[in-house]
Amino acid sequence: MTVLRRAAVPATLLALALVPLAGQEFALDLFTRIMIFGLAALSLDFILGYGGMVSFGHAAYLGIGSYAVGISVALGLTDGFAHLALAAGGSGLAALVIGFVALRTRGTTFIMLTLAFAQMIYFLCESLNQFGGDNGLNIPTHSDFGRWLPLDDPRVLYYVTFAALAVFLLLGRRVVRSRFGLVIRAAKSNERRMAALGFPVFHYQLAAFVIAGTVCGVAGMLLANQTEFLAPAIMHWTRSGEIMMMVILGGRGTLVGPVVGAAIYLLLEQVLSGWTEHWQAVLGPILVAVVLLSRPRTRRALAQRLRRRRIAPAHA
Amino acid sequence: MTASLALQQLLNGVQFGMTLFLMAAGLTLIFGIMNLINLAHGSLYMIGAYVAAASFNEWRSVPAALALAIAAAVAVGAAIEIGIFRALYDGDHLDQVLATFGLILFFNEAVRMIWGATALYAQVPAFLSGQISLFGAPYPLYRLVVTGVGLLVAALLYVLIGRTRLGALIRAGASNRMMVGALGVNIALLYTLVFCLGAGLAALAGAMAGPIFTVESGMGDDFLILAFVVIVIGGIGSVRGSFVAALLIGITDTMGRAYLRPLLALIVNRNAADAAGPAIASLLIYAMMAFVLFFRPAGLFPPRTR
Repeated sequence: MTVLRRAAVPATLLALALVPLAGQEFALDLFTRIMIFGLAALSLDFILGYGGMVSFGHAAYLGIGSYAVGISVALGLTDGFAHLALAAGGSGLAALVIGFVALRTRGTTFIMLTLAFAQMIYFLCESLNQFGGDNGLNIPTHSDFGRWLPLDDPRVLYYVTFAALAVFLLLGRRVVRSRFGLVIRAAKSNERRMAALGFPVFHYQLAAFVIAGTVCGVAGMLLANQTEFLAPAIMHWTRSGEIMMMVILGGRGTLVGPVVGAAIYLLLEQVLSGWTEHWQAVLGPILVAVVLLSRPRTRRALAQRLRRRRIAPAHA
Repeated sequence: MTASLALQQLLNGVQFGMTLFLMAAGLTLIFGIMNLINLAHGSLYMIGAYVAAASFNEWRSVPAALALAIAAAVAVGAAIEIGIFRALYDGDHLDQVLATFGLILFFNEAVRMIWGATALYAQVPAFLSGQISLFGAPYPLYRLVVTGVGLLVAALLYVLIGRTRLGALIRAGASNRMMVGALGVNIALLYTLVFCLGAGLAALAGAMAGPIFTVESGMGDDFLILAFVVIVIGGIGSVRGSFVAALLIGITDTMGRAYLRPLLALIVNRNAADAAGPAIASLLIYAMMAFVLFFRPAGLFPPRTR
């Protein structure tokens, strides 16, 4: 297990670095998407897995990042660095406001408050009729990072996304092992004790919440460059559910796990939708089964039942 | 004219609130007693709408359509409660969110497989399709009937929860689950009953909402979120709180959509009002929820727990 754990990050990055060598446009496109959602899932894992903050509105930051690009391009601003600043700044600011309110609550109320804010942002963007409203809007050009990084080349976009993912993955590992990360993790296991020790837990959690939102905003910016399309659907609450699903599938509190989870989820979606038009009817039960099987008690009960069945014929 | 129009909007708001209440009452009980975040509650609402519309189109009978819709949702509800949720009650909320999210995917696709990808036609029964005159303004009879049924169910629930033995157990469960179990009550059975009650109410809401909204796959997803807003504002576990919050949300949402734009036009210029009015109207209730939760994290009428 420790070997697997230690090898997970290099192995994942190596595998992702090699994808473009396959040379297929289709694979390139799919894996760019996987890495973008992997980045979003990683940012959620940072607060959910390490901090115990179950944000049910994480797709909102993905949306803000996308809208930062889409609206800028529609208004004639194509500079990539401006897009990056707007996407990161906008989503970070949103996370600051949402976190400031939501982090005063815990448990279910926290889940519902983050959901409520995400819904507000969703409906706000849906009502922007000059930017596509409900139907969405094509983004005619990519974020312009100069001659050396033409993002309209799928291969370049792939490696830019790869670089972003690698940087945040390695940076994230350092952060969770730092003093800051230690406080966040400690507050998850015993918040009252941390407060009693004199840590301003709220400030630490808010900082983590803003970091997660900002990173997810960057993922949103990359997503807009990949899909070349802007629609409120990318921040529908079911999207937040999907990102959460990726975190759980891959393993919460691991950072690299959610990236693997994103790959599993999106590949499953790809394979199943190629197999049947009704792929969601297959994916749904798979997710239920994953949740049930991840619970030790259900596993034990199942094993017991199987054992009994195996023994049964001997008695008969 | 404007006064009667306002009355019409107000009644629409009350009707919307009553539909929301039917959905939220079950959700709040399930959440409050079993401590289960059931995202699949919207699927039960959808199943109710589909079965009611399909069977009404087939046999033209309102009682049959309602009975079948409720029976179908209760059967599905009992199946997923016994088969899946029982394993999740003691788990954390995250597992519940994920498992029920998987169920949403499944049910949304299942209705598409059974009834096709296009919306199902749902019509108002002929004897309810007329208009009646309210203070000189015409108002659709069907919406009044929906409101009436909602109020009737609210009254029945009030009696059930406040005056019967089952109700006492439900209230006790919402206050302190462990203690109810320790006193020898069959908790597993109580949970299944409450879940079936919630499923039936959701199906009733769906069956009646069919002719007003569109009967299509995923119709429960957004409605579910509204129901969550209702139960969180009302206080999780409190049916009374859900009733008040559902009315509040129904009226606020409907009136906001109808009057926010003209009201804003009085203050700012017309173009700005046209742009901002609908936007603010659609996020009004979420802002309200954030506001309430910020000052009263347990909602307006939290059940007394100890």
